Amino acid sequence: MLKEMNDFLVFENISKQFGSNKVVNQVSFSISKGEVFSLIGPSGCGKTTLLRICAGLEEPDTGRLILNGVDITALPPNQRKVNTVFQNYALFPHMTVIENIAFGPKIAKWDKKKIVSEVDFFLDLIQLQEHKNKYPSQLSGGQRQRVAIARALINRPLILLLDEPLAALDLKLRQRMLVELDNIHDKIGTTFLFVTHDQGEAMSISDKIAVMNKGNIEQIGTPIEIYEAPKTSFVAAFIGDTNFFEGTVCELINNEISRIHLDGFPEITVYNDKSLRSGTKVYLSVRPEKINITRAYPAQDKPLTNILKGKVEDVIYLGSQTKFWIRVADYRLAINKQHTSFLLDEQPIKWQDDVWISWNPEHGYLLDTYAETDENLLTLPSE
Amino acid sequence: MKGMHNKKNLGEWLVTIPPLGWLFIFFMIPTIIAITIAFRPSSPYGDIEAGWTLENFIMLFSPTYITIIWRTIWISFISTIICLFFALPTGYYMARLSQKWRQIILLLIIVPFWTNFLIRIFAWKIILNPEGILQYILISLGIISKNTMMLYRTETVILVTVYTYLPFAILPIFAAAEKFNFKLLEAAQDLGASRWESFSRIFLPNISKGLKVATFMVMIPCLGSYIIPDLVGGTNSEMIGNLIATQAFIARNIPMAAAWATVLMAMILFPMGLVISTKLLSRKMAE
Repeated sequence: MLKEMNDFLVFENISKQFGSNKVVNQVSFSISKGEVFSLIGPSGCGKTTLLRICAGLEEPDTGRLILNGVDITALPPNQRKVNTVFQNYALFPHMTVIENIAFGPKIAKWDKKKIVSEVDFFLDLIQLQEHKNKYPSQLSGGQRQRVAIARALINRPLILLLDEPLAALDLKLRQRMLVELDNIHDKIGTTFLFVTHDQGEAMSISDKIAVMNKGNIEQIGTPIEIYEAPKTSFVAAFIGDTNFFEGTVCELINNEISRIHLDGFPEITVYNDKSLRSGTKVYLSVRPEKINITRAYPAQDKPLTNILKGKVEDVIYLGSQTKFWIRVADYRLAINKQHTSFLLDEQPIKWQDDVWISWNPEHGYLLDTYAETDENLLTLPSE
Repeated sequence: MKGMHNKKNLGEWLVTIPPLGWLFIFFMIPTIIAITIAFRPSSPYGDIEAGWTLENFIMLFSPTYITIIWRTIWISFISTIICLFFALPTGYYMARLSQKWRQIILLLIIVPFWTNFLIRIFAWKIILNPEGILQYILISLGIISKNTMMLYRTETVILVTVYTYLPFAILPIFAAAEKFNFKLLEAAQDLGASRWESFSRIFLPNISKGLKVATFMVMIPCLGSYIIPDLVGGTNSEMIGNLIATQAFIARNIPMAAAWATVLMAMILFPMGLVISTKLLSRKMAE
């Protein structure tokens, strides 16, 4: 029973190829009942194809899809207990809000009374009672989106698929809809499979995230695991910003901490939980907010803290925090400083200032794999 | 402000008046003359007499004429249905084609228009000729017997009518389907609809304008058909168009021909008026 709960929806060796383009490459993972599971990755990574395979709108070349213990790989979309909220909602323009929501139940030939009461329930849920006789063209973006959610959920799907549902909305509305989606999930309890390219959306709503790149899943984990302990440079760079270091282990200081030698950078200490030996090549990711920046030499709370001298090359003040780019030898490090005190009373760090930066060894995380191209992700503006 | 408004109005009038004037002089006036003549008595010598009469319309209700009216209606109706039957899937699949293939198919549909209408119908006479290649093939395949006559039948009229007007049904349906968001069909299937249900409940209502235009584009010229039944039809496939020609050119009974023309016009205007008035009514109800 417990196993079944953990493997509510199972993707087993799923592959899909369009022409010579391998879009999904031998992907296997499973989703637990009731959770919000996000597929995240850049456009063209295969996340939407996986979702369409799940909906039955695309047939996988290899592999099986098992929902609630039943193989649904060969089932057409209209026979799956799966419903989708499409990217641009795909509401039926010739039907009113009520007719759109009642479409599924009418096709399934529910009892008329049941249709009326269910539609009414969902109109309450999405708070569109007063707009129920309007056509989609008369609704705002957020309202359309809620209709699309109700139209899918009324069929009581085992899984609700959401294909970039917030992409068409502006930022403020997106955040509000995110909260609303979360509320709806709490009330209905349906399992959500959420596809997005926006890491912020995925982090805030998901129980679990799968990060996809070029048709493969790079890592699956909770938002915190994905952010704090990225396995690959791609994950580290795609989810948030980070600083990459490439070096070799040169000294095992104790069971937990090793010293690392880098080209063009002072030696640094790092938490080595992977019992790597001396001479092993390693890749390290240190998140910008984990690094302290001070004018004065920092008070050392732990003996092996990394303390380095640098020069401020760029500063972006963002109100609650400031982003710094600090030159240390051949490296240019990104650092975020959260302002927890009244900044006007302080003497803020400015451009060209000499500063001290410091971080504890356990604040760096050793990656399993590293590709230089992933550093390019960091230079792209995050959406 | 007001002056500017008037100026804009003046401009609108200046561009609208020439075509309106053209239609008034060369369409409205002749139509009114024809309708007036329909109420005049005729002389055996082909003249239009003075005075007023309903005789011409009463004559229309003789059984032979009723048969012809009825035949005109059902030939047009069946031809329209067949045209829509072929035009719907054609328009649907054309809209799903890539831009390049769409252009090619569109060209293929339009190419026949480069040949004169009469010549195309004569081509059918050659194809369906008893001595023709098609007859020979069908006989040798054992599909028809030697004595089967493929020309000069009502079915032939329908066949050639469908051939002639099919592009007029395809083009408006294609134009509507091209604007259709095919993602909606995926959404319908995702919500449990079968392929047929998503086609009939989502695709058809969303291209209904194109369907209406296609119906009128085929139905109206069908009702007024003259050349097709004249060339490929037999004595049993005479339509109102042929009657008008007979009355005007052979019987030299111009008032009678005018009465027929009036009836034909009424037959065309009646369904159109019905569609427009129901639309206006439903709009008023919605308000």
